[in-house]
Amino acid sequence: MKLQQISVFIENQSGRLYDVTNLLGQNGINIRALSLADTSDFGILRLIVNNPENAYKILKDNEFTVGRTEVVAVEVKDEPGGLAEILGALSKNEINVEYMYAFVEPSGGNAIMIFRFDETDKAVEKLTAAGFTLVPGNRIYGI
Amino acid sequence: MIWNQQYETMPRDELRKLQLLRLKQLCENVYHRVPFYRNAFDKAGVKPEDIKSLDDLQRLPFTYKQDMRDNYPFGMFAVPQEQVVRIHASSGTTGKPTVVGYTARDVDTWAELMARTMSAAGVGRGDILQNAYGYGLFTGGLGAHYGGEKIGASVIPISGGNSKKQLMLLKDFGSTAISCTPSYALSLYETAVEEGINIDELKLRVGIFGAEPWTDAMRQEIEAKWKIDALDIYGLSEIIGPGVGYECVEEKRGMHISEDHFIVETIDPKTGEVLPAGEEGELVFTTITKEAIPLIRYRTRDITSLITDPCKCGRSSVRMRKVTGRSDDMLIIRGVNVFPSQVEAIIVTKKELSPHYLLIVDRVDNMDTLEVQIELAEGVFMDTISKLQELAKTVEKEIKDMIGVTCKVRIVEHKTIARSEGKAMRVLDKRKL
Ligand SMILES: [Zn+2]
Repeated sequence: MKLQQISVFIENQSGRLYDVTNLLGQNGINIRALSLADTSDFGILRLIVNNPENAYKILKDNEFTVGRTEVVAVEVKDEPGGLAEILGALSKNEINVEYMYAFVEPSGGNAIMIFRFDETDKAVEKLTAAGFTLVPGNRIYGI
Repeated sequence: MIWNQQYETMPRDELRKLQLLRLKQLCENVYHRVPFYRNAFDKAGVKPEDIKSLDDLQRLPFTYKQDMRDNYPFGMFAVPQEQVVRIHASSGTTGKPTVVGYTARDVDTWAELMARTMSAAGVGRGDILQNAYGYGLFTGGLGAHYGGEKIGASVIPISGGNSKKQLMLLKDFGSTAISCTPSYALSLYETAVEEGINIDELKLRVGIFGAEPWTDAMRQEIEAKWKIDALDIYGLSEIIGPGVGYECVEEKRGMHISEDHFIVETIDPKTGEVLPAGEEGELVFTTITKEAIPLIRYRTRDITSLITDPCKCGRSSVRMRKVTGRSDDMLIIRGVNVFPSQVEAIIVTKKELSPHYLLIVDRVDNMDTLEVQIELAEGVFMDTISKLQELAKTVEKEIKDMIGVTCKVRIVEHKTIARSEGKAMRVLDKRKL
């Protein structure tokens, strides 16, 4: 129930974001979700792709500063308070969210949130127990 | 104004006789009192009695900054510690400072040298000297202080920084002379303008500037802005502190060296060969009157040349031109000596960072700035912004703690800092000195 996320460290200069996405595109890697966190000096690009293993290798071979992180994809009910419900459950179980970003299924289904937790296994266990739907990797990668 | 007519204008043949006499005494002294020198002399196959002329100086071994570090803290002292009345220290590459000691006579000698410096700048009794060099382990503050008192000026020991207070005293006390780093003089001027101070109403007429390299263009700028005479001084704590070389207001061309206290040479930094006067090379000093830490042929790493022409002021001593560079990779940032290896020592303790780094020095609004670019290590990657920022802050703090200079750490992508064949480029100095 955990997903492989690719993180790329990029300096804040124009063109770097293009370099990463272009390189992946040329190598047949589809980007499913993307989030960019940045400061005035640098940014971290986080990617969910169809083939994380390959994407990691391609980026590394092209001398990007790249890392792999385990994240969890959780379905958010398409109704008011859907996200708050998840965050409430996490808070009750004292699980910290390091960051999160949204992801929309093209089929028009529920929204999906990608979460990075400080304790991933515990989060998976508690969220499952609380009845939330965790989206498996093969479904996300294959969208 | 010449402070010490007898020694500063001594005919050169007499001066050379005096130097030889003092050099012989020095060799006897260090050979018998400093184990480091006994070893060095023995290794070089030279005995104190072999020194028969000033040319024999070339037979003596060099002393390096590393020798002072190896003998940390008091191993180079030629007198028992109870005769040492003052200890100063400057920052070192490994975190351990370079230690220098002074006997009571050394403190007097130093004051004498700074008295000559101040007099040469036209400062004397009746002047109010605002001493904005830092007081403390650094030799600048106390060096200028004692010299100022010796010439009978009223010394204000304000130390460095606090520009608004500096300006208040400059105005209210009517300071006629100031001593500080040249870049601080320019930065203080900016503050004066912001504060709406009318320079014409100040009594300031002379500035004694040193502790960092500066250009003649900077001199002209300082002189035009402050409407003062700006004089350059040279010194390093290993030799005695400020006062080793000083400009005279008559020529402002090269710094007179008190040759009754120091023998100066310029050498080829690669071969160690002595160069003819006028050729550019590394400055080497032998201290012929110092008691606590006498040094033989100390390698300053500063590159410049000597002027032997007679000077308008009447002083008979040789002069050194402005320092144009270093024969090692030391940087002077805001008056502080910085070696890239100090920064490297901090970086290598962080597993998230690679040892590829670049120090970028610039001068913005007349203040030196230091940016340290460091590549992330391969394979170790924290993907949260806050952790990376925390890492940068930690390194900034450790650099500040070790070398005393505030810097900005910029973490950069792997393999973005230029690699070169052989020696890595560690420094980009944009100050154009
Ligand atoms: Zn002169």
